[in-house]
Amino acid sequence: MGINVKTLCKDEFFYGHKACAGCGGSLAVRIALKVLGERSFAVLPAGCMSAVGFNFPQLCFGNNAVISTFAGTASMLTGIEAGLRAQGIRDFQAVGFAGDGGTADIGLQALSGAIDRNDDILYICYDNEAYMNTGIQKSSLTPFGARTTTTPAGKNIRGNLRPKKNMFEIVAAHGIPYAATASIGDLNDFMEKVEKASRIKGTKYIHVIAPCPTGWGIAPDETVEVAKEALDCGLWYLAEYEEGSGMTLNYRPGTFASVEHYLKRQGRFRHLTGDDIDIINHSRDVKWKLIEKNLGE
Amino acid sequence: MKPYLRDRIPETLAELPDATAYEAGYLVTKNAGWRSSRPVIHQETCRGCLKCYLYCPEGVIFQDGGKVKIDYDFCKGCGICRKICRFGAIEMEEEK
Ligand SMILES: Cc1ncc(C[n+]2csc(CCOP(=O)(O)OP(=O)(O)O)c2C)c(N)n1
Ligand code: SF4
Ligand code: SF4
Ligand code: SF4
Ligand SMILES: [Mg+2]
Repeated sequence: MGINVKTLCKDEFFYGHKACAGCGGSLAVRIALKVLGERSFAVLPAGCMSAVGFNFPQLCFGNNAVISTFAGTASMLTGIEAGLRAQGIRDFQAVGFAGDGGTADIGLQALSGAIDRNDDILYICYDNEAYMNTGIQKSSLTPFGARTTTTPAGKNIRGNLRPKKNMFEIVAAHGIPYAATASIGDLNDFMEKVEKASRIKGTKYIHVIAPCPTGWGIAPDETVEVAKEALDCGLWYLAEYEEGSGMTLNYRPGTFASVEHYLKRQGRFRHLTGDDIDIINHSRDVKWKLIEKNLGE
Repeated sequence: MKPYLRDRIPETLAELPDATAYEAGYLVTKNAGWRSSRPVIHQETCRGCLKCYLYCPEGVIFQDGGKVKIDYDFCKGCGICRKICRFGAIEMEEEK
């Protein structure tokens, strides 16, 4: 226990990649691999992190890493874990890094199957809230109001009409050994969760919010502070689920910071009206009631 | 293992992989050209708290004698390190 910046492995396992400057997803992958170390076997489906990590001959992973089909992150993890075990290899971690589209849309069935079998894998969803690698299309984890190329903002419709899917709760409802939410705005919390997950046998899931300067319309130096602001205004939350003990909340802001400030600093929300922001404030409050209910409060 | 720059770009057929597998951490291009401004760490002000090292998306900040230094070959100049430093030890300078 007690993983922190001082005890973290000094080696880098995700280096020289071609992600946009300030990319939150690449920060999540980098830190998770530093926690897990060189005996991790990484699976990356189609998405930004595979696109920026594997450009032969520029291969940016220092550990074993492979690209999977878009839908098949969890099933490839299952196969890798079983294959290594069959070869008598011990003391390794099969870890997946899939985007929000790769997780909550197309990869959901494979993930659900792996959880059902309780395969000994760690699945990390880096959530940049849209299909970024193909040019910012809406996924089921795109929040209400966000402008994407498939949910444009115009006179009649102001961005995405649907709320963000409750992916963490859906995974937890399987009765998985361990699930957590995280944010690149709080890497100490993220490191601890990855480390904790690596010590648990069975399926583990971590959902980390990873802002994307290109798709969110923010400056490259704003990704970390925007991720923090999402926590402070209550539009994202840090929680854990453990089989047996249920949900725990890791951070609860005393009073919520301004949702409007968080939204308006991002290009994808700049078109929102006061009424839209009221809707988002209201749905935040409803979501927190649900969180509290899940905590048994 | 930290990926590092190689002096050879595989070119001939004999150097290309037969299957889809290849050596890990094989770098042949730098990212320095992406940068429009460069972070400069003022060693006298740096307290070695390592926060910039932790939050750099590229992993290019490394520990050196209780302080930190930057691998400019792969820094993209995003400026996250400058914002995260509580001691104001990092400044961005225009690349010319
Ligand atoms: C079966 C299939 N459908 C579509 C694609 C095209 N595709 C490649 S990456 C991508 C977007 C991935 O989005 P997400 O999973 O959120 O990851 P991100 O790019 O945002 O990191 C899509 C649609 C594909 N590779 N395979
Ligand atoms: S588009 Fe977004 S997620 Fe993809 S590499 Fe660029 S910053 Fe990262
Ligand atoms: S954040 Fe600032 S004080 Fe801390 S190590 Fe980096 S430059 Fe030094
Ligand atoms: S500017 Fe960005 S890439 Fe360069 S050292 Fe700072 S955080 Fe890392
Ligand atoms: Mg995405």
